[in-house]
Amino acid sequence: MHFSFSVMASEQQLSAIKGSKVLMVGAGGIGCELLKTLALSGFPDIHIIDMDTIEVSNLNRQFLFRQSHVGQSKAKVARDAVLKFRPDINITPYHANVKDPDFNTARRHVNRLCLAAGVPLVESGTTGFLGQVTVHVKGRTECYECQPKPAPKTYPVCTITSTPSKFVHCVVWAKDLLFAKLFGDRNQENDLNVHSKDGSSSSKQAEDVFERQKEENIEQYGKRIYDHVFGYNIELALSNEETWRNRNKPRPIYVKDVFSSELASQNGNLDKSSNGDPPSLSAMASLGLKNPQDLWTLKENSKVFLEALKLFFSKREKEIGNLSFDKDDQLAVEFVTAAANIRASSFGIPLHSLFEAKGIAGNIVHAVATTNAVIAGLIVIEAIKVLQHDIKNYRMTYCLEHPSRKMLLMPVEPFEPNKSCYVCSETPLDLEINTHCSKLRDVVDKIVKAKLGMNFPLIMHGSALLYEVGDDLEEDEVANYAANLEKVLSELPSPVTGGTILTVEDLQQELKCSINIKHREEFDEEKEPDGMILSGWTQPRAAEKNGKTAVDSEVSTSSASEAVPLETEDDDDLQIIPTITGKKRKLSDISNETKNKRKAEELDSKNDVVMLDDENSDMSKKKREQ
Amino acid sequence: MEIVTIWMLLYNTHEEISGTKHLVSWNNHLIPKFLRLKMDDEKLTEQETALYDRQIRVWGVDAQRRLRKSHVLVSGIKGTIVEFCKNIVLAGVGSLTVHDDRMVTEELLSANFLIPPVENVYSGKSIADLCCHSLKDFNPMVHVSVQKGDLLSFDVDFFGKFDVVVVSSCSLSTKISVNEKCRRLSKQVAFYTVDCRGSCGEIFVDLQNYIYSKGKADETVECLLEYLSFEEAISIPWRSLPRGLSKLYLVLRVIEQFEEIQGRTPGEISTADFLNVQKLRKELCQIHLLNESEIPDSLLQRLLAGGARESSPVCAIIGGILGQEVIKAISGKGEPLKNFFLFDAMDGKGIIQDISQVQAPETEFGMGSVERVENIL
Ligand SMILES: [Zn+2]
Repeated sequence: MHFSFSVMASEQQLSAIKGSKVLMVGAGGIGCELLKTLALSGFPDIHIIDMDTIEVSNLNRQFLFRQSHVGQSKAKVARDAVLKFRPDINITPYHANVKDPDFNTARRHVNRLCLAAGVPLVESGTTGFLGQVTVHVKGRTECYECQPKPAPKTYPVCTITSTPSKFVHCVVWAKDLLFAKLFGDRNQENDLNVHSKDGSSSSKQAEDVFERQKEENIEQYGKRIYDHVFGYNIELALSNEETWRNRNKPRPIYVKDVFSSELASQNGNLDKSSNGDPPSLSAMASLGLKNPQDLWTLKENSKVFLEALKLFFSKREKEIGNLSFDKDDQLAVEFVTAAANIRASSFGIPLHSLFEAKGIAGNIVHAVATTNAVIAGLIVIEAIKVLQHDIKNYRMTYCLEHPSRKMLLMPVEPFEPNKSCYVCSETPLDLEINTHCSKLRDVVDKIVKAKLGMNFPLIMHGSALLYEVGDDLEEDEVANYAANLEKVLSELPSPVTGGTILTVEDLQQELKCSINIKHREEFDEEKEPDGMILSGWTQPRAAEKNGKTAVDSEVSTSSASEAVPLETEDDDDLQIIPTITGKKRKLSDISNETKNKRKAEELDSKNDVVMLDDENSDMSKKKREQ
Repeated sequence: MEIVTIWMLLYNTHEEISGTKHLVSWNNHLIPKFLRLKMDDEKLTEQETALYDRQIRVWGVDAQRRLRKSHVLVSGIKGTIVEFCKNIVLAGVGSLTVHDDRMVTEELLSANFLIPPVENVYSGKSIADLCCHSLKDFNPMVHVSVQKGDLLSFDVDFFGKFDVVVVSSCSLSTKISVNEKCRRLSKQVAFYTVDCRGSCGEIFVDLQNYIYSKGKADETVECLLEYLSFEEAISIPWRSLPRGLSKLYLVLRVIEQFEEIQGRTPGEISTADFLNVQKLRKELCQIHLLNESEIPDSLLQRLLAGGARESSPVCAIIGGILGQEVIKAISGKGEPLKNFFLFDAMDGKGIIQDISQVQAPETEFGMGSVERVENIL
């Protein structure tokens, strides 16, 4: 076949493509587009890994999939679809997980594996009309972890439990507190009954409120829960005058206020419909509510709340105690929407539709096909440069929605590696910790796993092994390490105190780093809830950009081993947002960054200099509009 | 510069509501039919809501309903148009009519993922027939059909059946003619041209007089944009174009003009034409009072060498941007591109170029310089 010969420019490019072998991580929104563009561009050997199966909401943009594929492996279906128009290439699908269900962790994992293997990584993400493509080549450009990633948005506990002011606070309350309390693991800590700081909540007594009494029928139970969380708890919160001095007071809501006299007939209604054995369990279906975009009244929300609760206890009783919120669980979404809306009306916050509440509760990312197609094209352009070792032309490219400088697609030079990055340089980290109180387990859970993202850590103090995970350990070793986990640092067999240097290693990721221990007595419970502070891993980017010209020969030779992993993001994943709009490089910061860069780097190009002017005039226009 | 009039509409005050009426009564004829939807129009079905869930979260239910009511025509099916068709069929336009009577050849398949490269499947069939067949499969809710015939022979009424017309791979005079027919209609038809040449791509947009709304916090701002036709835009003397004009824009005008004069099909060029193209460049630059160095040899040569070939990544990028623009134009949401978009994979820049205003008052050239060029040759 000659198709690929007519596709892309030079002979050099073609021979680079022909000898390549690429791995794609993700066969979702960008993945489908990327696989297509790689195939059309003549890439002969493509490996694709994705653990997801196809869902209806994928079909509007993941164009390799059809209705009949729903439920099947993305990687496999994508392969078959592309082979139809390019039968002469090799595509190897893996229906598997890169490492972790949490994609951000997976990206870090892939980053480390690529650094270890010396294989370049092209990473990308999209949300709505925004997107970005970044090239990570060891020693030449920053790695995925050179810049700190913003933590997922969190809210102060008291905002959620006592003083919500936005709908999202109500959703978080409904999902993480109420839903978890009623249907999740009862042993989990839950702040549901925290009303105020004076400790007026009687935790033991309140605990029993959520237990369904032996003789209690489901309706009674539902109404009691309703009255407790929307009525009694609000009443209790109101008793603390201090809280409401500068806030609008919430209104307690009881079942009897909402339904007055008609509840009896409504009950009959519910009973009848729940016998119908609907195809998928849904309070909306039972109540005849059709459009998820509709705004429900307080009464409708209350009906949905009671009906959803009833359906859970009558039809899904076995799951209760193990449920966690899932955006694809219709009944769970209905329950959370209704609960959030009832709470919102209590606090005078505007109500939202199920469609909107689902988006908030499920962190559903906005996604369109066009952005993914554009980003996939940009990935292939970068990948071809990487295959040709065309280092000086590597670019990080942003796809923008409202270009400030008339540049819809904006390339910038990739950033250099962060010299204090604990992943790609060997800079030690500092850990402030109370070595007399904190256990080794705390360090493993809160630092090594949560912050450093290691899955199979090994911790050493000098030559003494303190902790290790693996399949090939002896029984006594396992017992030994388990015992160490429960010991405070200063009482370990090889005591860890201020001044100790710990070595932490993940053999699978070939990542090793040192942690300097600094002893500290006190930690602020509010601001430093971990009881320890890790520093050196969130260093801001070093300002200077000169002086790094040494060529790491290993990089250029080993990347000639022809494997370019192209990491692409499934746009269903909420972690994309940080990569694009997050702290790493805010879009609003770009113009300044690039402005300075461009002046230095491309003075010869008149166009660019003039474009800066364009931007300015554009800005003044925008101001006028406002 | 391009925003002629701006209405601020704060929907919650009396004053602003009367402002709205004012706008509607004065400009109703300016607003494309599909933007004059009544709010009580049919709701999306459950099936549509489920399928379009993620994109509705981007552009909202109203935009989705407008998309469903829109009719799009594309002519000249190569890689970029294939990408574009995929994008708007997935997005859920009402109908897509594809036009391209050429028989399928191996070359036409190069950047096309809609046609299996099996000779006994494609031989003897038109490219539009085969693409239509595949596109239907992408989204059963979109009506995809084929239009046969010569693009130049279609009359004004024919184009009136559509809300959006996109032409690709056709001559300069055909672009001008179709654009002009669209403009003669009382209803507003959005007109686009799109082409990829090697690693470069270009989009031209003519939305005539176009009103769009910009959402800001709690208010909506409505803006009016005035567009030029393709002929008007390319007739603006180069010297009077904004400083820092993309060189690619000028190079594409030279090559387009060359093909037109020589009677070549788009992309029917090679490096063998370099001397003649240089000659044309000289003449054009004399007319436009522009220094020839503004149209560099290297870029001319690169485009000549590229011929009619398309790069798949560039098709994906240009087809993606065009899809986004058409969706914006149909939904009336978001600022549309005005009026050229230029992309070059060599530097990776995707630039919006506004070619609509004679900038410097010093210019001695009015419209019609293109005709003068033809006379000289
Ligand atoms: Zn790094």
